[in-house]
Amino acid sequence: MTQMTFARAINSGLRKSLENDPKVILMGEDIGTLGGVFRVTDGLQKDFGTHRVVDTPLAESAIMGTAVGLAYRGYRPVVEIQFDGFIYPAFDQIVSQVAKLHYRTQGAVKMPITIRVPFGGGIGSPEHHSESPEAYFTHTSGLRVVSVSNPQDAHTVIQQAILSDDPVLYFEPKRRYHDKGEVDEGIDPRTALPMDSARVVTEGTDVTLVAYGPLVKTAKDAATAAADEGISIEVIDLRSLAPVDYATVEASVRKTGRLVVTHEAGQSGGLGAEVAASITERCFYHLETAPVRITGFDIPYPYSKLEMHHLPGLDRILDGVDRALGRPNSLSGLEG
Amino acid sequence: MSTDRNLIQLVTPAGERISHPEFDPWVKDIGDEQLCSLYEDLTVIRRIDVEATALQRQGELGLWPPLLGQEAAQVGSGRALREDDFVFSSYRENGVAYCRGVDLTDITRVWRGTASSGWDPYSVNMATPQIIIGAQTLHATGYAMGIQNDGADSVAVTYFGDGATSEGDVNEAMVFAASFQAPVVFFCSNNHWAISEPVRLQSHIQIADRASGFGIPSLRVDGNDVLAVMAATRVALDRARHGGGPTFIEAVTYRMGPHTTADDPTRYRDANELEDWAAKDPILRVKALLERKGLLTDEVQQHVHNKAESVARELRSGCIGMPDPEPMDIFKHVYSEPNSWLDRQQDHYARYLASFGDPAGATSEEGAR
Repeated sequence: MTQMTFARAINSGLRKSLENDPKVILMGEDIGTLGGVFRVTDGLQKDFGTHRVVDTPLAESAIMGTAVGLAYRGYRPVVEIQFDGFIYPAFDQIVSQVAKLHYRTQGAVKMPITIRVPFGGGIGSPEHHSESPEAYFTHTSGLRVVSVSNPQDAHTVIQQAILSDDPVLYFEPKRRYHDKGEVDEGIDPRTALPMDSARVVTEGTDVTLVAYGPLVKTAKDAATAAADEGISIEVIDLRSLAPVDYATVEASVRKTGRLVVTHEAGQSGGLGAEVAASITERCFYHLETAPVRITGFDIPYPYSKLEMHHLPGLDRILDGVDRALGRPNSLSGLEG
Repeated sequence: MSTDRNLIQLVTPAGERISHPEFDPWVKDIGDEQLCSLYEDLTVIRRIDVEATALQRQGELGLWPPLLGQEAAQVGSGRALREDDFVFSSYRENGVAYCRGVDLTDITRVWRGTASSGWDPYSVNMATPQIIIGAQTLHATGYAMGIQNDGADSVAVTYFGDGATSEGDVNEAMVFAASFQAPVVFFCSNNHWAISEPVRLQSHIQIADRASGFGIPSLRVDGNDVLAVMAATRVALDRARHGGGPTFIEAVTYRMGPHTTADDPTRYRDANELEDWAAKDPILRVKALLERKGLLTDEVQQHVHNKAESVARELRSGCIGMPDPEPMDIFKHVYSEPNSWLDRQQDHYARYLASFGDPAGATSEEGAR
């Protein structure tokens, strides 16, 4: 076990993937000489060369489209999109090509492309640097979407994503890059908990609280705070956003009877809606109360002085937990 | 502003072979036999196009994008390629597909709607047709970067039209190709029309001249001259194979037919224009050349005719005989590994179909209840 930051844990996972498979190739803006604007790829170009860790011109669609061509040629490209808000120029290549080529060619052409996306807010950045675009991609068949919440998962899941023959969007919670944690670099990604499995990170009996990425830490903090008031929250780290491991969520809700889902992305049409609907379909008669969503608002990501109002924090999540429990909360007395 | 570069031309519309010191050496191996073979290819491809158009009119194909008039651009380039070169084309390069050895039934598969594409790209080293305009140019460039990494000397060749040169992807592909000096050939079939939009709307200068802004050498070739196209393509391939990086070829040709069988070009273009281009027909030109050389014997003509007719029959029977896909096929190959969301939907739909007893009944819009 080694103590390392979230960013370092990804770096170490990328290094292992580069070592284990000569077909793995990293591409992106500023990822080589600079080591990435967040230093996630620090030192990799020096050790693996400019043909394995490629600084590309500034054109996201081209980064994605050339990755498709490299995949055609048998490579396993790992693409970095510098910031969440810069992914849209590549949207067509992701949605129309990366996601569909395996289907289009009836399995003849595989697209083992990993798309790394630093995402989410909380770092005081200007517009386009704090977005949560995951629902665009969870809505697109052919893609797998994951988000990791801690250094160990960051390290293991990046390797699993690269090993996957399907294209994977790997969302990195950028405000957690500097968080430290124990990482066992000896864990074999092939035998570790599969990438598409959720994990119960805090056991509890009263409410199921579903989170992913940056908000898992917040959710765990909420569970700790609630325990002081005698409320037992079970926190689930979804890890995989497409597909969602509903079996794990459902098992928890059958136990607690209450569901709260939280994410930074806006509410309408978001992942929380999908989780709430699916769990309601699957275990309606085990629910004591309607599912609760604590999410970002349906607004463009706000200017940084106000971003903490947009981002679900510990208190807002606990307010939602109170609502799920029928305890006094900010919406008490309101219908619906 | 545009420089009015002369087209590279080796055979005039009247079928006269004219000398070109720079490009003649690149086709010096094309003797009488090879000329006859190119004539056969051109004729067969036109026959394929006619047959497919007829199949669409008869309701056997949902749609077809005719290539009438563009045969020489496709044969001249397609026959210049090596087996290990890899093609990324648009949906109109069915003549190139024929040159690559794609099975005739496979060519019609996507247009009949029995699959999203027709063939295994690796079996013929040609990706299946790209419908998003220009997207494939990036795939070719990435593939070429892979060739470079592998230390191989094959080449990626991408086909697109004049309209595509306005797309961001094509411009970005040229940026990447130039930056990495990737072994890729950009083959633009300037057929003068992007559905109803004339080429002058796409570009204020000659299309080929755009390449220089990216630092990519370009060739502007008579796209209705099969020999000239072959020579230009060979020059570009040779440069790419020997580390010289990308080349842009503008093959100046003309879309004699509609954009697709769903289009009506009489709404937007002048019949006179069509007549002008009919005089530059790529097949008549080779025919005239063969005649001048005394090669157009009855035997050759009969052979080419028979070949074209047999290909047409094979295309038709392959198309009509194609089995319809099974309803549950829609779930196949979305992912290469199991996916819990889709597995559940698939299971539920199978149960739904089974609930009718006769699975076929459930596929009708009216339902069977």
